[in-house]
Amino acid sequence: MAHRVGMEVSLAVSEAVQMARAEAIAAYPITPQTHIVEHLSSVVANGELEAEFVNVESEHSAISTCIGMSATGARTYTATSSQGLALMNEILFIASALRLPIVMTVANRALSGPLSIWNDHGDIMAARDIGWIQIFVENGQEAFDHSVMAFKIAENHEVLLPTIINLDGFILSHVVEAMEFPDQELVDKFLPPYHPRYCLDPAKPVTMGAFAMPEVYTEVKMAHQTALTNSYEHILKVWKEWGDLTGRHYQPVEKYKTEGAKTLLLTMGCLSEVAEVAVDEMREAGMDVGLLRLRMWRPFPFADLRNAVAGAKLLIVCDRALSLGGAAPPVLAEVRSALYAMRGRPQTASFVIGLGGRDVAPDAFKAIVAQAQEEAQQKPTQEYHIFGVRG
Amino acid sequence: MSSKPMDQVTWQEILLGAVLTEPGSAREYNTGDWRSQHPVWTKSRCIRCGVCWTVCPEGAISEEPGGYFDMNTYCKGCGICAKECVTGCISMVPEEE
Repeated sequence: MAHRVGMEVSLAVSEAVQMARAEAIAAYPITPQTHIVEHLSSVVANGELEAEFVNVESEHSAISTCIGMSATGARTYTATSSQGLALMNEILFIASALRLPIVMTVANRALSGPLSIWNDHGDIMAARDIGWIQIFVENGQEAFDHSVMAFKIAENHEVLLPTIINLDGFILSHVVEAMEFPDQELVDKFLPPYHPRYCLDPAKPVTMGAFAMPEVYTEVKMAHQTALTNSYEHILKVWKEWGDLTGRHYQPVEKYKTEGAKTLLLTMGCLSEVAEVAVDEMREAGMDVGLLRLRMWRPFPFADLRNAVAGAKLLIVCDRALSLGGAAPPVLAEVRSALYAMRGRPQTASFVIGLGGRDVAPDAFKAIVAQAQEEAQQKPTQEYHIFGVRG
Repeated sequence: MSSKPMDQVTWQEILLGAVLTEPGSAREYNTGDWRSQHPVWTKSRCIRCGVCWTVCPEGAISEEPGGYFDMNTYCKGCGICAKECVTGCISMVPEEE
């Protein structure tokens, strides 16, 4: 029987990794990811999880160690944030190119500088093109569920790609929430042991990470790109299987009160729960406003997004990161590309909010909707707004 | 990767993660194609000491019958052997088109 618990979300993620029977963990502590790996370290030390926990001197070593451990065929996990993800950067591309199904939690935090330990999505957006599957969650239950499901997705022989679960630092990682945990039996049935297609084995040697000449590099990248794009259908199958077992179903783009909505907000991560409150209040006030929650960031769910916006006149994209000097913040850039060829596409408006831990209350979304609706009648004067900036 | 020449492999034929399951792929790649010059030994001045064989960074010099030396198809024409030759018997000769 599933049971309900109240627990800090970081610890729930650790519990999920434990229930998934991770066999190899290498991690370096960084705020706000620390509680996740601290807890895993203690359950390994206490013999509650039969796994190798490798203490390393940096995130660069953490992900490098994970690559080595995953290459031996072990179910491998790590977690990081912000500067730690940035320090991993060059190795992240290698993990995906080697098709190693490492699962990583990123407790999203602003990048320095200025030094900030608080939440935004600048860290993962700087690692957008690393070739990993990337999922966003908005509450503790989702963090737990997706942490288990990530292993099944990553290890599917048709996928075999490393997977990141993004959860907002502090505002999600450090809150205590009520969650439902399944029984170990259910998780074991859902997630059988990992069997690699190729692994490091002295009895059957292979070369991993060989050099590619210009004659073949393009073909290797095409194979990777195709695998990431095609992972979409397998991700959906895993989500459906989990949904059938637990009653909790997930979609690449989730709709909240979108029936008849002419104006849609689009958010990722924890912003979605706040936006739901704002949408409830605006609906009560008679406004035809709905919300789209973007869960799947890589592979990007182009068709789902186009279907979800059909009928809307105005789509307001809320980014929690900047692309400095660029045409658009990262989510807007993707959304506009997805919609460009669409007939009768909605007008887009763009707001960057919640940078470096700036609090976002429901009223912010009401103000954003009011401003976007007013500006939709005028000629656009700027590509996007940084909401709430003084001066 | 398959046994096909590298420039004919399609993306569908790339093994998972571009893993190599057989040894010897480097042997198939003739790096001698890159060179713009190559060493030529003047046997009358060669004392068969093997310094050229020792200093070649690519193992591109082979010992010939009689203890003399010559380049193989992996020589990139770097010229280290000519620079280090004790008697100066190696000269670097430009490739002809």
